[in-house]
Amino acid sequence: MKFLVCISNVPDTTTKISFTPDNKEFNKAGVQFVINPWDEYALTRAIELKEANAGSTVTVLNVGEADTEPNIRKALAIGADDAIRVNAAPQDAYFVAEQIAAVAKDGAYDVILMGKESIDYNGFQVHGMVGEMLGIPTVAPAMKLDLAGTTATLEREIEGGKEIVQVSTPFVASCQQPMCEPRIPNMRGIMTARTKPLKVVPAVGEPARTQVAEFALPPKKQGVRLIDAANAGELIQLLRSEAKVI
Amino acid sequence: MSVLVAVECAEGEVKKSSLEVATYGARVAAMLGTTATAIAVGEASEAGLAKLGEQGIAKVLYDAEPRLKDFVNNAYTKLIAAAAEQEQAKIIVLANSNIGAAVGSRLSVRLKASLATNVVALPKTDGGQFTVKRGAFSGKAFSDVVLSGERKIIALKKNSIEASHEAGKTAEVAAFAAQLADADFADAPQQVVMQEQTGGVLLPEAALVVSGGRGMKGPENWHLIEELAQALHAGTACSKPVSDVDWRPHHEHVGQTGITISPNLYIACGISGAIQHLAGVNSSKVIVVINKDPEAPFFKAADYGIVGDVFDVLPKLTAAVKALN
Ligand SMILES: Cc1cc2nc3c(=O)[nH]c(=O)nc-3n(C[C@H](O)[C@H](O)[C@H](O)COP(=O)(O)OP(=O)(O)OC[C@H]3O[C@@H](n4cnc5c(N)ncnc54)[C@H](O)[C@@H]3O)c2cc1C
Ligand SMILES: Cc1cc2nc3c(=O)[nH]c(=O)nc-3n(C[C@H](O)[C@H](O)[C@H](O)COP(=O)(O)OP(=O)(O)OC[C@H]3O[C@@H](n4cnc5c(N)ncnc54)[C@H](O)[C@@H]3O)c2cc1C
Repeated sequence: MKFLVCISNVPDTTTKISFTPDNKEFNKAGVQFVINPWDEYALTRAIELKEANAGSTVTVLNVGEADTEPNIRKALAIGADDAIRVNAAPQDAYFVAEQIAAVAKDGAYDVILMGKESIDYNGFQVHGMVGEMLGIPTVAPAMKLDLAGTTATLEREIEGGKEIVQVSTPFVASCQQPMCEPRIPNMRGIMTARTKPLKVVPAVGEPARTQVAEFALPPKKQGVRLIDAANAGELIQLLRSEAKVI
Repeated sequence: MSVLVAVECAEGEVKKSSLEVATYGARVAAMLGTTATAIAVGEASEAGLAKLGEQGIAKVLYDAEPRLKDFVNNAYTKLIAAAAEQEQAKIIVLANSNIGAAVGSRLSVRLKASLATNVVALPKTDGGQFTVKRGAFSGKAFSDVVLSGERKIIALKKNSIEASHEAGKTAEVAAFAAQLADADFADAPQQVVMQEQTGGVLLPEAALVVSGGRGMKGPENWHLIEELAQALHAGTACSKPVSDVDWRPHHEHVGQTGITISPNLYIACGISGAIQHLAGVNSSKVIVVINKDPEAPFFKAADYGIVGDVFDVLPKLTAAVKALN
């Protein structure tokens, strides 16, 4: 089995979000970038399935500029065999999907795993686009993934429940908890990661179909109105008469 | 040129989030001087669909193929694409649900359309550009995105707009056959397992939500959360550590790595208000925090707060709600 795991480079979850003064770009100053938390499920599950299926390989793929390489190396340290970086700023989801589809086709991967969504752009879309570009099924978001030969059984979360879906390779799945316990790199992994192959390839395809015109932060809260615990029922009155939400 | 809205149905009724989608589509159509047509997916009924007139929909297309009852990505994509072709729809609106966004992303490739998911407001069309506002950075920010393609697909975040209800108006329900083949159902689910929701309220669609954190001490105390939720007809949610240790099911976990919700009211009980938790809930219209620690960071993000013990405060709130009703 050839696994392709797509990882996105995103601001750490504790990041206070701010923008450049014209509100046109995310302010990266002082921001720590991490592997998108959902992509860690994809990566770990791919490594587990590789270990269970002799002769398998796990390739990580990122569409990004050279500053994403520390996180690509981290993925190699966690246990991927090799890596590909498409050398381009990720302009939009369609552009990213084109790059992933081109790499996937080129390398004839059997299983393409992604995260549920990126925590910076929250698209929940790249996996569907890649599946459509390659003419193969996408299962998103998947909470469970098992492989028996070329048949995969997945649990897909739907609002209010789940579906059990079976697909054959090749397919795309986007992963989320509780699929596995994401692994962290160990010392040996970090040492070997340095010498694992990381190939840099140029971008392909058409230009982006969407552009961010401006970013904005949510409006600030007015400040909290405290109600005495002894008089807790008063809160309910206020929610009805003042806030008018119940 | 027209607007096409894809509405998801369950048990013969259009889902709440799809009523919002229909309202949104009808408003966009009015802005552009055209009409909005709906295409139904899921377990629909003619009577349920006709009611979409109340949201300003003129016509509803309905394919009675029984296998469309469950979500089948390929079949849904083909169905909606066929409807878009027939109606010459330039704008397609879906719910930003696990169904709508999944289908929307496939459709965007098939129809060569610009796609914006997680959209929170009506488009702006000044200056010849089509711009939508969408949530980004997991609830921590918004971005205005220009959709440049001739065709545009919008996935509308739940609870972003209120569905309109013009009583008495009905939509024409028209049969539609997308000529689906067996191959289109190859990725049909083998089995669908629905989970029981507190009071039958689906969290992503809930207008009111009561949520518990580690301060609730253990799953045996969750009846306090459930009783308040039931009195309010609210959904229930929890913080990440609570679902990590299986006090509550994973689908209730809200936050940066769970689901993001924007109900009208979010009541946080024994939750400290970590930045990752806030990201998932801070677009709620009104936030109430109950925490025994006056320094808990959540109070900074709250509209109303009670500094107190959840075990003392929750029963009082439930009693007060019951007294109101
Ligand atoms: C300077 C800058 C400007 C940007 N401007 C725009 C813009 O105008 N419009 C716009 O749509 N986006 C813009 N982006 C966001 C960026 O293009 C996103 O990476 C892209 O849109 C995909 O994010 P998503 O949330 O749609 O992905 P999702 O669909 O949520 O991601 C799902 C999965 O796809 C995979 N994936 C996502 N991105 C990558 C990647 N880069 N490499 C490998 N795998 C990946 C991951 O597995 C991820 O979990 C900008 C980013 C930057 C840095
Ligand atoms: C990568 C990453 C992603 C994350 N994603 C998420 C996410 O999506 N969602 C999320 O929720 N968290 C997330 N977290 C975890 C987050 O950082 C916090 O650890 C978590 O939100 C804390 O949960 P809590 O508020 O329930 O517990 P705690 O922080 O332990 O807070 C419990 C609170 O209860 C109060 N309390 C205790 N007893 C009582 C009582 N009797 N009456 C009233 N109040 C009481 C305490 O004062 C305290 O404020 C993430 C963390 C990381 C690193």
